[in-house]
Amino acid sequence: MVNAAFDIKGLNIWFGQIHALKEVDMDIRPNEILSIIGPSNSGKTTFLRMLNRLNDLHINFRMKGRVMFGRSDINKMDIETLRRKIGMVFALPLPLPLSIFENVAYGVRMHGEKNKNRIAAKVEDALKRGYLWEEVKDRLGESAFKLSGGQQQRLCIARTLAVEPEVILFDEPCSGLDPISTAKVEDAMLKLKEKYTIVLVTNNVKQAARVGDRTAFFLSGELIELDKTDKMFTVPRDKRTDDYISGKFG
Amino acid sequence: MRNPHRTQKIAFFLLLLATLLIVVPVGLIVVIIIQKGLPGISWQFLSDIPRQGMRAGGIFPAIVGTVYLVTGAIVFALPIGLLAAIYLSEYSKDNFLTRLIKLAIVNLAGVPSVVYGLFGLALFVVFFKLGASILAGSLTLGIMILPIIITSSREALESVPYTFREVSLSLGASKWQTIRHIVLPNAIPGVLTGTILGLGRAAGETAPILFTVAAFYLPFLPKSVFDQAMALPYHLYVISTQVPNVDEKIRYGTAFVLLALVLFMNLVAIIIRYQFRKKKKW
Repeated sequence: MVNAAFDIKGLNIWFGQIHALKEVDMDIRPNEILSIIGPSNSGKTTFLRMLNRLNDLHINFRMKGRVMFGRSDINKMDIETLRRKIGMVFALPLPLPLSIFENVAYGVRMHGEKNKNRIAAKVEDALKRGYLWEEVKDRLGESAFKLSGGQQQRLCIARTLAVEPEVILFDEPCSGLDPISTAKVEDAMLKLKEKYTIVLVTNNVKQAARVGDRTAFFLSGELIELDKTDKMFTVPRDKRTDDYISGKFG
Repeated sequence: MRNPHRTQKIAFFLLLLATLLIVVPVGLIVVIIIQKGLPGISWQFLSDIPRQGMRAGGIFPAIVGTVYLVTGAIVFALPIGLLAAIYLSEYSKDNFLTRLIKLAIVNLAGVPSVVYGLFGLALFVVFFKLGASILAGSLTLGIMILPIIITSSREALESVPYTFREVSLSLGASKWQTIRHIVLPNAIPGVLTGTILGLGRAAGETAPILFTVAAFYLPFLPKSVFDQAMALPYHLYVISTQVPNVDEKIRYGTAFVLLALVLFMNLVAIIIRYQFRKKKKW
């Protein structure tokens, strides 16, 4: 294994005239939970969506700098392979308009698996690892939209796990959830980091403190500080970090 | 001082009046056609060929001709229209060429139908040497309904939430897989709506088939797509203006059959669309 999941040097991103990320240098280590905090418009979601190249869909998107995923430059990789290895869980639960089973099977099928038994086994395994299997095992054929918000979000996690990624990106995954569902998702994340590298964008500073091994603080497109979570939350180096996490702005 | 209550009442009354004015002609058309046409409908009228210079007998060849033409037009226009719509809404970039294509489609929709007739005559009948034939007529009608199908298909594709595409792509599906498995299945109801509209238009137009396929009088059915055929709208025109002393029952009966045929085809498409909508899960 390489000693960094991602190695980012001199990253700049523009959307048209807007300079969304400025000269970001950082690394993301294997099997860590890296939390990214910052006020809105700080560039944290842009950073996250750069990692699986979802920003590429934006017509005015421009990027400068080098982003290595393992030993490969993400912009030189086959985009489908990259996205398969880097799963994403979105801010809102976004099931596809399919049944519960088909939601999880979707990615597996799209990567060419045709054997019904193998698909079923992968779906069951992914739902178990997403802590949803017990709740849905008798209703796999139902529409995914019949699940509650928290269940839908765990379904989305299971759907991501089913394609066996190496990294999972969470984009404010609990912003629409109640505290109990949030706790379940956080538990899932802590278990997942044994096998996966996790990047978590969150608006909730406390969540970053609870689950993050390291935390990065973004402000107006700049990376202000990146450090071990407990260190940053006790003795931040930068005044702005201190102000943000103590709730003086944001 | 103005009384807002009274203003509101007047506005409400005007809006209601305008809406009722739409209903009146539709209702009258249906009532008159049924009232005058229904007595002329019999099994013989539907299944027999025209006799005695179209003053007696039935309209079977015209029914068959119209069914052939509409089917042909849809078979031609639906795949091309849908593929073009997919390209325009999913692949094309917003540049000069795309804007030109979109402008062309809008203008295509505004071309008078008789111009399509002349165009079909020049291109299919003469240049491609298809002669006056079902093929030439279907192609002409197909081009006429292309803009309807493209426009409604594009709207249907663009109404599928963008987030579904992002989710699919984020799972490593390719762009085409995303379109094929996520976007298209959810756009089918809208595509069918466009097809319904196109169908009705193709069945009812006279001008585009005038020079490309329609026969004044054919006492037999077409044997292949290279034959001429009778068609209901043209037949209606002929017996209403070109042949003297045709019984009113026959004229209104023909109009009734044309209307019923279009409604029936619409009904089939609506049922199919309903089946797809039932499966819609968001």
